[in-house]
Amino acid sequence: MKQYETVIGLEVHVELATKTKIFCSCSTEFGGAPNTHTCPVCTGMPGSLPVLNKQVVEYAMAVGIATNCKITQYCKFDRKNYFYPDNPQNYQISQLYLPICRDGGIEIETAAGKKVIGIHEIHMEEDAGKLIHDEWEDCSLVDYNRSGVPLIEIVSEPDMRSAEEVIAYLEKLRLIIQYLGASDCKLQEGSMRADVNLSIMEVGAKEFGTRTEMKNLNSFKAIARAIEGERQRQIELLEEGKPVIQETRRWDDNKEYSYAMRSKEDAQDYRYFPEPDLVPIVISDEWLKEVKDRQPELRDEKMIRYKEEYDIPDYDISILTGSKHLSDIFEETVAICNNPKKVSNWLMVETLRLLKEKEMEVDDLRFSPKHLAKLIEMVESKAINGTVAKEVFEHIFMEDVEPEQYVEEKGLKTVNDEGALRSTIAAIIEESPQSVADYKAGKTKAMGFIVGQTMKEMKGKADPAMVNAVVKELMDLQ
Amino acid sequence: MDNILELTAVELAKKIKAGETTSVEATEAVLMQIKEIESEINCYVTVDEEGARRRALQVQRQIDDGTLTGPLAGVPVAIKDNMCTKDMLTTCSSRILENFIPTYSAEAVLRLEAAGAVIIGKTNMDEFAMGSTTETSYFGVTKNPWNKEHVPGGSSGGSCAAVAAKETYFSLGSDTGGSIRQPSSFCGVTGIKPTYGTVSRYGLIAYGSSLDQIGPVAKDVTDCATILEAIASYDSKDSTSVKREDYDFVSALTEDVKGLKIGLPKGYFAEGLEEEVKQAVLKVADELEKKGAIVEWFDLPLVEYAIPAYYVIASAEASSNLARFDGVKYGYRIENFDGLHGMYKKTRSHGFGAEVKRRIMLGSFVLSSGYYDAYYLKALKTKALIKKAFDEAFKIYDIILGPVAPTTAPKLGASLADPIKMYLGDIYTISVNLAGLPAMSLPCGMDSKGLPIGVQLIGDCFDEKTIIRAAYTYEKSRENKEA
Repeated sequence: MKQYETVIGLEVHVELATKTKIFCSCSTEFGGAPNTHTCPVCTGMPGSLPVLNKQVVEYAMAVGIATNCKITQYCKFDRKNYFYPDNPQNYQISQLYLPICRDGGIEIETAAGKKVIGIHEIHMEEDAGKLIHDEWEDCSLVDYNRSGVPLIEIVSEPDMRSAEEVIAYLEKLRLIIQYLGASDCKLQEGSMRADVNLSIMEVGAKEFGTRTEMKNLNSFKAIARAIEGERQRQIELLEEGKPVIQETRRWDDNKEYSYAMRSKEDAQDYRYFPEPDLVPIVISDEWLKEVKDRQPELRDEKMIRYKEEYDIPDYDISILTGSKHLSDIFEETVAICNNPKKVSNWLMVETLRLLKEKEMEVDDLRFSPKHLAKLIEMVESKAINGTVAKEVFEHIFMEDVEPEQYVEEKGLKTVNDEGALRSTIAAIIEESPQSVADYKAGKTKAMGFIVGQTMKEMKGKADPAMVNAVVKELMDLQ
Repeated sequence: MDNILELTAVELAKKIKAGETTSVEATEAVLMQIKEIESEINCYVTVDEEGARRRALQVQRQIDDGTLTGPLAGVPVAIKDNMCTKDMLTTCSSRILENFIPTYSAEAVLRLEAAGAVIIGKTNMDEFAMGSTTETSYFGVTKNPWNKEHVPGGSSGGSCAAVAAKETYFSLGSDTGGSIRQPSSFCGVTGIKPTYGTVSRYGLIAYGSSLDQIGPVAKDVTDCATILEAIASYDSKDSTSVKREDYDFVSALTEDVKGLKIGLPKGYFAEGLEEEVKQAVLKVADELEKKGAIVEWFDLPLVEYAIPAYYVIASAEASSNLARFDGVKYGYRIENFDGLHGMYKKTRSHGFGAEVKRRIMLGSFVLSSGYYDAYYLKALKTKALIKKAFDEAFKIYDIILGPVAPTTAPKLGASLADPIKMYLGDIYTISVNLAGLPAMSLPCGMDSKGLPIGVQLIGDCFDEKTIIRAAYTYEKSRENKEA
């Protein structure tokens, strides 16, 4: 059998996190009753005109800068003409001739090592509304709430050769954009969407094969499966001597198969031309510098800084910085309690455990850094012991309780009254002659029984170190 | 007052302010005039009698209590039917918008309302402003009040005929390739196409977005300057709106053309121009020369390329602008259809008239892949060259003077049969839109058939004041002669 190589390029759509739409002041908020976030502009009413949201340009510039693109300082919008009811004007305002960013690239790392994936361009455009088919009434309805929500489309070069590289590229892109605050990049909710262009060629061939474009990929797992499925399909065609047809295919993740949507012959002529209702965007050197100066610390820089500033393991650093949200919680907590190691521990162990247990995502974390910082402080000052702390943390994690208040209310505070402890232990020793005998006979384990009984008697609120010390002292006295 | 309809808008407002008449009286006079002659002229698509009466009462109260003091307060106005008017039918004289009632008003309309104008109704036009005769309207032909066998010109034919027939005191028109100036000329009224970006296009239903501009149609130069001052504004809702340094056009109403350099482009007086029109227009140049202006002939290059460039650009933009009229969201939808694409096709086939469909097809063709560079891009380059040619001319001249149209108003039915000939009729007006310049059309005589002739004054960008000054000077000298 011949050896084949897979060639993959991605078109990634990202919904930007602006409060208002790209060409009007309607809210971009997800949800809301149908057609409530609309106005004459985003419903394509006659006579309405678009006005560009400056924040969209700044987000697009920020993503371009972070992905090492050249910023087009004189850029324009174009109209892409096609008829569909979710597109109220029957044209989409997009960018074809002078996209805002060009010629960039980001470095990815896979098991095979590091590699740069080129970015051909990034352009700004408006999202379409949503078409809903009402089976009951047998009619189609349109909701224009999403119409005019700003998007950027990030078009990669065909530089990827495996699903692993594609996932690494998407993860990296997602982290960059999340770090910039330009989008939450949720695939399931559609705020990040990827179309996969894939072709097959024999290893060593000079020219790429015919590519297909795959749509409807809602998760990284679906993307990986779709790539594998499409690769197999194309190889089988080539092996059978059949041609691959240039077409758009829709991936069905349940059936793990893709279906042809439309071939190149049916491809529409979008009759692009410069949008006459908008003026060209002129990005001055000053504006560009302003946006550059405002760029936040991105993950790669953050990892280096963590290594220098905090004495925590590389693995922890990679997990903590693997989410902008988690690294924010980490930094804010450290800023309060100045104990990076302990903070990292709480996040790495208890937080991740609870996330897994409750089937939650890191982005769902809602507790306040000041509550975690308080908890750490209480453990350090021995106000509560480790076991109690875990219990309290679970309530911080779920309900964001104030730990001091919670401990007070539930009476979980460590009893540090040595006199009371001594008398409790003395009583337990008195009632356990067998343990004393064992201990005297050299079975030090017997001490554990006394310690356990003590903790039970104290309802877990004793300081374990103190209990150990007193038990040993009193046992030795026997 | 028995001659109330003879007053200009500014004269009427003064009399209302002075308590000599009222907005209600003027509105009733206009409605009476409409009742009497509208059936012959057909310059309105919609007459809002009740709304106008209600509004006149309201405006009069505001004038009486001193809250409305502007120079147009209380004056009845007609709006071209391609400008959105909240809660009032807005059709673009097309079947496809036969039932469209906007939820908002165009910025220019809002500004007139704020100035205290009373909207009488919406004027007839060529469908979607495509045409030069107002014969392509779905709501019937508008006739020229001077001779009902003739067209009023177009596309703002209804707006201009309404002023000429005294069915309004003034009106708003829109000008994409001459649509204010040519019908003004044919109807013997005065109109201004302002510099692109001077009047907000928000709420103007687009034909050729990069060329469209709203402007006033009125009885004289003073009215035009006053109306322009009321409607011109920077509008953040229109990205192509320009922040101008001056909006005080009324201050240009002075009789002073001493030393003003006027250029006559030789190409504008060449073959194709009717002799009577030519002589009338040249007399204007003579008159201004007598008043102290310096008049010279010069060569304005590229005139012959303006028409093809215009029809490529305007049609291309129109093909996209008119895509939203699809039967989905508003307007006309055909009753029986097969599937979504069937609905689109049938609705648009029945909803649009022949001239609109011709331009949509032309526009779609020139934007098609493989033709874009050869047609659209080339037209854009031509547009830039034409702008440059005007820039060169305005280094020497303050004003360019010429005819508005090669002929006076043609007979009804004579134009549509030969669209190419009709397109060629736009030769003197179109390059002004391509270059974004301000230009004015004002009456300068009558031909032997008794039809009005207009003269066109073209100014440099943002220099409306100079053309207003020259127009005012000419108008005064003409009045003096007639008196």
